[in-house]
Amino acid sequence: MFGPLFCKPLTSKNNKTGSWRTTQRPKFLQTNCIACRMCVLICPEGCIEGEEKNTYHCDYNYCKGCGNCAEICPKQDIIMVEEK
Amino acid sequence: MKEFLEGSQAVAKIISLCKPAVIAAYPITPQTHIPEELAKMVAEGLLNSEFVNVESEHSAASVVLGAVATGLRAYTATSSQGLLLMSEVLFNIAGLRLPVVLTCANRAVSAPINIWNDQQDSISLRDSGWIQFYVENIQEAVDFHLIAYRIAEDKNVMLPVMVCMDGYILTHGLEVVEIPEGKMVENFLPPYQNNYKLDVENPLTLGFLADSDYYMETRFAIQKTHQEVLKLLPKIIQEFKAIFGRDYQEGLVEAYRTEDAEKVIVAMGSVCGTIKEAVDDLRKKGKKVGLLKIITYRPFPSNKIYEALKDVSKVAVLDRALSLGSDAPLYSEIRSVFFGKKRAPKLIRSFIAGLGGRDITLESIKTIFKKLSLKETEEEFIDLKPELLKEKL
Amino acid sequence: MERKVLFASGHTACAGCGQAIAARLVIETAGPNTIVANNTGCLEVFSTKYPESSWGIPWIHSLFENAAAVASGIESALKYKGREDIQVICQAGDGGTADIGLQALSGMWERGHNILSICYDNEAYMNTGIQRSGLTPFDSDTTTTPFGKKSSGNPTLKKPVPEIALAHGIPYVATASVGFPQDLQKKVKKALSIKGPKYIQIHVPCPLGWRHEPRLTYKIARLAVETGLYPLIEYENGVLTGVRKIPGLPVEEYLKLQARFKHILSNPEELKKIQEIANNNIKRYNLFAEEKSNP
Repeated sequence: MFGPLFCKPLTSKNNKTGSWRTTQRPKFLQTNCIACRMCVLICPEGCIEGEEKNTYHCDYNYCKGCGNCAEICPKQDIIMVEEK
Repeated sequence: MKEFLEGSQAVAKIISLCKPAVIAAYPITPQTHIPEELAKMVAEGLLNSEFVNVESEHSAASVVLGAVATGLRAYTATSSQGLLLMSEVLFNIAGLRLPVVLTCANRAVSAPINIWNDQQDSISLRDSGWIQFYVENIQEAVDFHLIAYRIAEDKNVMLPVMVCMDGYILTHGLEVVEIPEGKMVENFLPPYQNNYKLDVENPLTLGFLADSDYYMETRFAIQKTHQEVLKLLPKIIQEFKAIFGRDYQEGLVEAYRTEDAEKVIVAMGSVCGTIKEAVDDLRKKGKKVGLLKIITYRPFPSNKIYEALKDVSKVAVLDRALSLGSDAPLYSEIRSVFFGKKRAPKLIRSFIAGLGGRDITLESIKTIFKKLSLKETEEEFIDLKPELLKEKL
Repeated sequence: MERKVLFASGHTACAGCGQAIAARLVIETAGPNTIVANNTGCLEVFSTKYPESSWGIPWIHSLFENAAAVASGIESALKYKGREDIQVICQAGDGGTADIGLQALSGMWERGHNILSICYDNEAYMNTGIQRSGLTPFDSDTTTTPFGKKSSGNPTLKKPVPEIALAHGIPYVATASVGFPQDLQKKVKKALSIKGPKYIQIHVPCPLGWRHEPRLTYKIARLAVETGLYPLIEYENGVLTGVRKIPGLPVEEYLKLQARFKHILSNPEELKKIQEIANNNIKRYNLFAEEKSNP
C-alpha cells in the first residue's frame, strides 16, 4: 500500500500566486524595450516572457508584484502601477 | 558450494552475488570485515560495484538512499553508534519507500562504550519502518540477505530491510556455509526495477513537504504494508526453499520443540543456538521445554507467536536489549500478543541477559528454565554482578 | 528562443525572494539532463509542498545536512549505469552548507565526485525564522544574535566556505550573486563543463529576513558586491582566474537598505568595522579597477 509518494513535475502551476498581489502590479510599457531580457532573468516567479523588442509581458496569474522587473529595466520600460 | 567461512566473509559473498551497484563503507567494530571483504572483491575486479568510502555512517546511509532513489541496488553495513548516527536517515529511507538493504552487526550502545554484542542498536530502530530479521547463525545470515533484497524490492512492499546478526559471535565466528551459485541467485532475485526513481525521462519530485493534510496516509500505508509483508514473506520463503533447498517455514518464527512444551523461552539471534542445545539436553532428562525463535521482528508476527505459545503454560522472554524505564522490548510485545485472547500462558516472565557481550552460557539458559516458576514474576537480569552496584556515588 | 521551464511559477516563495531567482537560473542553465538533491530549507519547502512541485527535473529532498551525500549516491549509481552524461547538483542554504551540511560536503569534495554543489547564501537560517548561521555577516541582527544594549548583532565573520572548498583541491570554486544574473549563469555553465566537484556560493537577498523592500532584491545584491562585502571571485584548479572589479561604494549604501543593519547606521564604531571587512576583501582580491593612487 502507498500513500502520497511523489509530486508530478511542474505541478506548482496549479497554484495561481497572482492572488498574492495587494498593492501593485508591473505594467510593461512595450515602448523603449531593447529586449535585454534582464526582466526575464530577475523575476523570482519566472513569469516574464518575450521575444523581440517590446514584446515582454508577465503572467499575472503568478506575478506577486515584487517590483524587481521595474527596478532592473535599464530603459524604465516597466513601471509599477496600482493593483486593481 | 559449501565453504568454511567467517560470518563477515559469508555476508560479503552473498552481497556480491546480489550485485549491488553502490556500496557505502564506513568502519565500526564489529561489522568492518564485511566492507573490507567487499573492498577486496572490488579491487580484484571480482565485483563491479561503485565502492564509496564515506566520511560517516550518516553519509553511508545517505549514499545508499541516493543510489536506490536512482533506481539501482545498494548496500551498506554498520553497528551500534553507527546505526544510531544514521538513524534519522533510516527513518527517511523508510518514509521514502526505498528498498535499501543494510546489515546491522549487533553491538551494545554507548555509554559506556562497549564493542561487544547485544541487540540494543537495532531494537532502538524498531519504530523506523524497516523490516527487521534476526538471524541465528551464519547460514541464516547468508540466506536472509538474499531474502531481504527480494522482499524489499517487491513492488507491493518497497520497504528497506535490516538484517541483524550478532556482532563478533556471527560476524567473526566461523561456520561451514552453503554459498549459492550466481545462477541460482539470479533465479531467485530478479534485477531491481522501479518506475519510482530519479529519471530524466520521467522527472519526479521525491521527498516533498507533506502537511497535516497528507502526512498521516503515508504512515498508514507503511503500517499496512508491514501487515502485507507478513503474508508475502511465507510465499517468498517457499520460493527460496524450491531453489535453494533450505526450509525456513514461513520465515517469521521458528518453533523448536514447542508442541508439548510446558516451558518455552522466546528469543532472537545467535543465543537461539545455545537455547536449542539446552532444550535438547533438558528434553533428554524428560523436561518438556522448547524455544520460540523470532526471525522476523518487524513486522511483528503476532499470529504466529500466538499459535505457538497459546497452550504453553510458562514463557520466558529473553531480551538482549532494554527499553530503559519500562518493560524490556521483546517481552512487552510478547505479552501484548495475548491480551484479549481466549488462551494465554499462565506466566510470561522477562529475563535480560547478554548485555554488552556478557556470555549467555548453557548454564544461564538452564537457569532461566529453572527460574520459570509461578512463584516469581519480576523482571530478572541473568548473571548480573551485584558487587559492581552501589546505591550512592 | 524557447525557454525550457524547469522551475515553474506557482511556488510559495516570498515576493522578491532572491533564492527563487537563483534556483531558477541555476536549473535553467543546467538544463533538463540534470538530477538535483536538495537540503531542507526555504527552497525545498516553497517548491515542493505536496501535491505541487515547481521542478521539471528529477529532484530529491532527504534531510537537512545530507544532500551532498545523497548526491554522491546518485552520482555513483549513474556512473555504474554508464550515464555520466547526466549532471548531478546538490544544493542547500547557508545553514545547510556551512554548518550542518559541511561534513557531507567535505566528504563529497574529498572523494572527488562529479557534482556541482550550490549554496544559496541568504546569510541566516531563514526557513526557521531568521536565526544566525555560520554565514551570517558581522553585526547582522538575527533572532539568535539580536542587537541590544549588550550586543551589536552577530559577533563573527562569515565562515570562509569558498576557502574551505579550495582547501579540498576541487577544480572549480566561485561566488556569484543574483545582482549579476548573467555572471551567475556563466559560472554555472562553466562549472558543469568541468569534471569533478564544484562549488558555487550564490548571494541571495531575503526581503523577509534582511527586512528590505521586495523590489530591491536585485539592487541590494548588486550593492553587496559593489561595496566589497561580497566579492565575486572564481578559482580554477586553485588559481584565482576571475574577479569582478568594483567601484568600492561605501558600505552604508548597502546597509541602509536593510533593517537587519539599521542599528549599525547610528553606531560609527561598528560601521567602521564593517567598512574594514569590505576594505580587506578589496585588498585581498584586488577588487578595484585601477590602482588607487595615494592621496
